[in-house]
Amino acid sequence: MIRVVLPAHLKALARVSGEVALDVPPPATVGGVLDALEGALPVLAGRIRDYGGGPRRAYVRFYACQQDLSHEPYDTRLPNQVADGTEPLLIVGAMSGG
Amino acid sequence: MPGVRLLVGTHKGAFVLTSDEARRDWQVSDPLFPGNEAYHVAGSPADPNRLYAAPSTSWFGQVLQRSDDGGASWTPVGSEFAYEGETGTHLWYDGTPRPWAFTRVWHLEPSPTDPDTVYAGVEDAALFRSTDGGHSWAELPALRTHPTAGDWAPGAGGMCLHTIVLDPRDENRIFVAISAAGAFRSDDGAKSWKPINQGLRSEGIPDPAAEVGHCVHRIAMHPSRPDTLFMQKHWDVMRSDDAGEHWREVSGNLPSDFGFPIAVHAHEPETIYVVPIESDSYHYPPEGKLRVYRSRTGGDEWEPLTTGLPQQDCYVNVLRDAMAVDGLDSCGIYVGTTGGQVYGSADGGDTWNAIARDLPAVLSVEAQTLP
Repeated sequence: MIRVVLPAHLKALARVSGEVALDVPPPATVGGVLDALEGALPVLAGRIRDYGGGPRRAYVRFYACQQDLSHEPYDTRLPNQVADGTEPLLIVGAMSGG
Repeated sequence: MPGVRLLVGTHKGAFVLTSDEARRDWQVSDPLFPGNEAYHVAGSPADPNRLYAAPSTSWFGQVLQRSDDGGASWTPVGSEFAYEGETGTHLWYDGTPRPWAFTRVWHLEPSPTDPDTVYAGVEDAALFRSTDGGHSWAELPALRTHPTAGDWAPGAGGMCLHTIVLDPRDENRIFVAISAAGAFRSDDGAKSWKPINQGLRSEGIPDPAAEVGHCVHRIAMHPSRPDTLFMQKHWDVMRSDDAGEHWREVSGNLPSDFGFPIAVHAHEPETIYVVPIESDSYHYPPEGKLRVYRSRTGGDEWEPLTTGLPQQDCYVNVLRDAMAVDGLDSCGIYVGTTGGQVYGSADGGDTWNAIARDLPAVLSVEAQTLP
């Protein structure tokens, strides 16, 4: 299982608490996790990236294992520690004003 | 029991304020969609328990919400606002072309007859409609593809379609207003549109009397006189008696004719209300006094309404969707401020009370009259 940490707004919207655990077909990629996440929680479609698997929204970032994966292509493989569930993928709202 | 429900959108969530018909004691709900900018919350005239809300954040975008129980519970509905076909360009602030891009819903206008039909005015300016209770949205693209659209430019708040007025006599007649393109009318159910800006004059655009380019802030109509429209423009209060074909200025003796909202009394179609603001630079009331101005003559002659409103050291704004009237026998009128106050009057504006004092900045107020 892959672990995903959502920002507070999206936890509230999806009505989840804590992490989200997802079955993602190997090899685990950023795009594969987002596909699985939107499949499990359809209300998140369009919130992290544009509808239909489009580009990441401007004020959303992806971190894992102290790496910034935000600018990697969706088919980029996730670190092994994320793929095996040791570490979570962090979906983060940019710390901007508002 | 008859009463009033106010739907208040704020910078950090929405609130439902309820009262019986006396409108003295109000209950304020917990925050809805906390942390979200709720540009607008609107109820269906055909079913007052059907509400639509347009909360958004800059991080995660627009999430349309719907309630079927008067605001007690909410469910996210469809939020995919996809422009139809090729999107051209409009003008950016510096006059350069910029592709159309959806940012948010500014205004929701439910059908007067069908709770499942609702129009949405969005930024970048376009008109959408849902006929399935908000689950899916289709653009009515003739507006965005109007021959003048390439010359539309944003107002300070963005290039937003912020006003939708439906003619109660004729479902095919729709008025919209866009900042800063102006007012448009369709007589064929949004299949085609006509700019209706003749008589408007706006300094700050190359041709002050241009066909489009005017920063219209809000249009109001009394349902018994759908050919008469009242407009608060960036500067100038205007009226038309021929469905927007011609406009004339009715600012009269207002201390400033800059402002955002305009409203019509529920039972007196020639009684109208505005909130004068010092200027487009300052965005607060003249002399630090929050005064709603009322005209009982459809404009030109205005009286300040001050009893119960702050008359010193007041520097809040009242935004375009933040004034509303109820339909009780003694017409109630409500204004929400950028300081988080909601003021209400149960006597047509003669006397006012603070219904709420410490909300986040108010973006919109709608009043539902409950049976």
